Amino acid sequence: MSEKKLALIATKGSLDWAYPPFILASTAAALGYETQIFFTFYGLQLLKKKLDLSVTPLGNPGMPMPMAMDKWFPVIGTAIPGMQSMMTAMMKSKMKSKGIASVEDLRQMCLEADVKLIACQMTVDLFDLDSSDFIDGIDYAGAATFFEFAGESDINLFV
Amino acid sequence: MSEYTKKLDATGLNCPLPILRSKKALNTLSSGDVLYVISTDSGSVRDFDAFCKQTGNQLLESTETESKYHYYIRKA
Repeated sequence: MSEKKLALIATKGSLDWAYPPFILASTAAALGYETQIFFTFYGLQLLKKKLDLSVTPLGNPGMPMPMAMDKWFPVIGTAIPGMQSMMTAMMKSKMKSKGIASVEDLRQMCLEADVKLIACQMTVDLFDLDSSDFIDGIDYAGAATFFEFAGESDINLFV
Repeated sequence: MSEYTKKLDATGLNCPLPILRSKKALNTLSSGDVLYVISTDSGSVRDFDAFCKQTGNQLLESTETESKYHYYIRKA
């Protein structure tokens, strides 16, 4: 059985959207897939040494709010100062209580399973970031490099 | 109750941790060894079935008792 391949592109840098790429990549690796994630734009946040990810109800009508706050708060309430950090703290504690892995843990499991993490060099430059901002063991490359792997992958996903 | 080589308590853990921990545990075993996994994740029933089908490991037993799920996996 030749090894299957999964190529992911991670473009979002919020706490909630950090999960899909790392969950899919770590699980695929456990199933025997050779896996790569290409991080671009806000997805680069997921490669930072110290993760500081938030979740926000602002502009997200699909986000369930505790204590039916979404019913009583006008939409503008989701923009009040402190709302984002409060929602982030609540989300993190809820995840912990449900036995959901932290983003740090999932990322570590990806590294241990030899998932290849690639930072998009163009967006690293765009945001004035450099390799000292990121964890060790990652690669830096461009779109052509992504296609080298994606072109022969069984599954390609854009997150 | 079947015999097993190694036991993995994955209770309280949610997707995809039971699978990832099982994969890690299987890596430490030899071909033919049996891993016994206990989980409380109801989604894990289908996941362990799918995991074994795709990795070639054999799911010997998959049972539920009092909201706990028990899996016996023979390493390929």
